[in-house]
Amino acid sequence: MNTLANIFTTSIGKKLMMAVTGLGFCIFLLIHLLGNLTLYVGRQTFESYVEHLHALGPLITVAELGLLFFLIIHVSTGAVLFVQNLRARPVRYAVNKWAGGRTIGSATAPYTGFLILVFIIFHLLNFHFVEHPGGLVFNTVSATFSSALYVCLYMAAMVVVAIHVRHGFWSLFQTLGANHPKYMPIIQGAGIVFALLVGFGFGLIPLYIGWGI
Amino acid sequence: MSAPTINLTLKVWRQGRTDKKGRFETYPANNISTDMSFLEMLDVVNEELTKKGIEPIAFDHDCREGICGMCGAVINGRAHGKERETTLCQLHMRHFKDGETIVIEPWRARAFKLVKDLVVDRSALDQIIQAGGYISVNAGGPQDANSIPVPREKADLAFNAAACIGCGACVAACPNSSAMLFIGAKVSHLALLPQGRPEAARRVRAMVRKMDELGFGNCSNEAECEVECPKGISIREIARLNRELMKAELKSA
Ligand code: HEM
Ligand code: SF4
Ligand code: FES
Repeated sequence: MNTLANIFTTSIGKKLMMAVTGLGFCIFLLIHLLGNLTLYVGRQTFESYVEHLHALGPLITVAELGLLFFLIIHVSTGAVLFVQNLRARPVRYAVNKWAGGRTIGSATAPYTGFLILVFIIFHLLNFHFVEHPGGLVFNTVSATFSSALYVCLYMAAMVVVAIHVRHGFWSLFQTLGANHPKYMPIIQGAGIVFALLVGFGFGLIPLYIGWGI
Repeated sequence: MSAPTINLTLKVWRQGRTDKKGRFETYPANNISTDMSFLEMLDVVNEELTKKGIEPIAFDHDCREGICGMCGAVINGRAHGKERETTLCQLHMRHFKDGETIVIEPWRARAFKLVKDLVVDRSALDQIIQAGGYISVNAGGPQDANSIPVPREKADLAFNAAACIGCGACVAACPNSSAMLFIGAKVSHLALLPQGRPEAARRVRAMVRKMDELGFGNCSNEAECEVECPKGISIREIARLNRELMKAELKSA
């Protein structure tokens, strides 16, 4: 306990919390994506996936509580880091140039993070805390994406998630101390591939369902 | 053959020792030889300013050959200017165009108090070293050379990390004013060598805590520091620092 408290009160410890929870979210995103890909196959496949998922019962509740716990840590730690980092430079530069290390993902992580938080709440209200017409989740999905506004909102949200994860993925390895000249380029590449998979994989679902493309 | 000369306009941050706030002043820098270093250019400008009865621009410097780490300013938004792996004293005026306007600002970080104009107090970095960035040698008779074997690869890595001159460009360039590249270099340098191992855990814990206490920001892996570091220190040293801290805390009683 003391050891944990010692680690997590340091700046590096806070980063480690971001990395561990961020890794948890990446794994969640991957599982969630694999499940949702059944939507591209069709209504039956998706409903049978939903059935199997719900059949897990208490396991699902445990996973949900775990994700909520991780979310609280990731968001509150991220907020603390953001404020501390602003305060670490009270007088800003008149001229700001990127030297070549930053990416859009790294420079916007706190902001894309905040947008994702808003999206998560919106998304749960949309799909989780609702009665599904006829007891079928698919009906909710197709009703939601019959609205052009929702299609656009969801696609925009997935662009934001992809940008966040494009930095987050390699960054979590660096934070956990895994940076080696041989493997880092592979991790960097995997991060870009993962971000694209998440962006397109999730992002095209609203289009596919909504306009039956 | 003498080098061509260029004319420039400088926008320089001026702030007296007792001023709460500073401001940019604009000065001409005429007939600057492109063979000059940035500091030599400032010397020429200061001479002109002195003749006009204007207080010369205060800036730090010592070796003027890129090894002491004293010089440094943000030039057009880039720490030590935009050339790779150079300090300000190694930045040559041939990298600037005739007629260009150059904006010169001091390192900006809460942990680096501004002393005057472009001079900042970097003693926060010394305080981090004092917290543990050393090895304790209880001196006795001199040892034989090579009495402690050091693998070649480790020696090379330690040498790369030891190249850090403590200039503070990493802090200045970091969007979060974090000193992680600096302490990554210092921790790695000693942790890689057998002489540094016995105190490695105590060292990394003390240095990280000191860094946090001094008001530096938190690293968010922006990697701007490694681009701006005049000694080419890599953020791999930060990854090593993170590993060293995790090891130290997990093994601590
Ligand atoms: C799908 C959801 C999310 C995923 C997959 C995710 C993933 C990640 C990962 C992997 C990192 C990098 C950690 C590191 O460098 O060690 C990160 C950083 C960050 N995340 Fe998230 N995140 C998500 C949601 C959020 C939310 C909801 C917020 C805040 C409201 C947020 C705010 C941040 C911030 C501020 C950082 C940068 C931390 C720093 O500067 O050190 N993220 N995220
Ligand atoms: S790590 Fe590089 S930029 Fe930072 S203080 Fe050392 S030499 Fe300067
Ligand atoms: S004056 Fe010594 S490094 Fe520039």
